[in-house]
Amino acid sequence: MAVANYTKIEFLGKSANESFARSAAACFAAQLDPTLEELGDLKTAVSEAVTNCIVHAYPNEIGRIQMKCRIMGDDTFEVSIKDWGCGIEDIKKAMEPLFTTGGEDRSGMGFSIMECFMDTVKVKSKVGKGTTVTMKKKIARKKSR
Amino acid sequence: MKITGYCKQGVLTLNFNGELDHHSARAAMKALGERIDAFMPRECVLNFKELTFMDSSGIALILRADKRMKEIDGRLLVVNVPAQPMRVLDASGIDRLINISGK
Ligand SMILES: Nc1ncnc2c1ncn2[C@@H]1O[C@H](COP(=O)(O)OP(=O)(O)OP(=O)(O)O)[C@@H](O)[C@H]1O
Ligand SMILES: [Mg+2]
Repeated sequence: MAVANYTKIEFLGKSANESFARSAAACFAAQLDPTLEELGDLKTAVSEAVTNCIVHAYPNEIGRIQMKCRIMGDDTFEVSIKDWGCGIEDIKKAMEPLFTTGGEDRSGMGFSIMECFMDTVKVKSKVGKGTTVTMKKKIARKKSR
Repeated sequence: MKITGYCKQGVLTLNFNGELDHHSARAAMKALGERIDAFMPRECVLNFKELTFMDSSGIALILRADKRMKEIDGRLLVVNVPAQPMRVLDASGIDRLINISGK
């Protein structure tokens, strides 16, 4: 599928950038004319992935995070969020509901929420190298609603 | 995120105003814990009417507030939940554990 439009943003893994990242993704997706519910879903999924980079990938430092958004010719919104942090040893286990290494501050629901709100969620990770989470969601055209 | 509240006849009402994410959760949890400890209410009501965004950080906050209320033999209610936070709560399944009502 051809790429109709894209943007790439890099930012520091500071918690203040969580709202920046999800708002930027939603702003870019706005050209697909999504419903409020679809926009909310995108924002939530991006917030989960970016928070994971800040909390888990870089536990003792402020690292770099890259977010790429693509709009495909078939009105699919694709977002990938990449860090160069600690990586995930067992991806399957990490994606199980309630699994967390974050203690009482976290609920272990981040990946479940991403999977619930997006059509597909793919995770690539290498211990010591970093993690990339790529998510897709088809945005229905208003005309056909 | 701004939290305002009052306690009346053993019912502590806390109004959440703004976005509840990892960035704001720590201060929100602190404010919540301090108010529960100060008033020792029999009921704590989290009023989400003006909550404009929430992610999984909010789930951890609700679960901790519930745990704290159970420790003092009280109960927790989450009320006026707007559409986006409600979708997050639905997806997490905590609506089965906590008393939650929509906007
Ligand atoms: N970018 C990442 N780098 C390293 N580890 C990660 C990353 N993302 C997730 N993980 C691991 O996967 C686990 C599950 O992530 P998930 O988002 O589902 O839950 P959580 O972040 O622990 O809790 P919640 O998202 O509910 O606050 C994390 O506890 C962490 O161990
Ligand atoms: Mg998470």
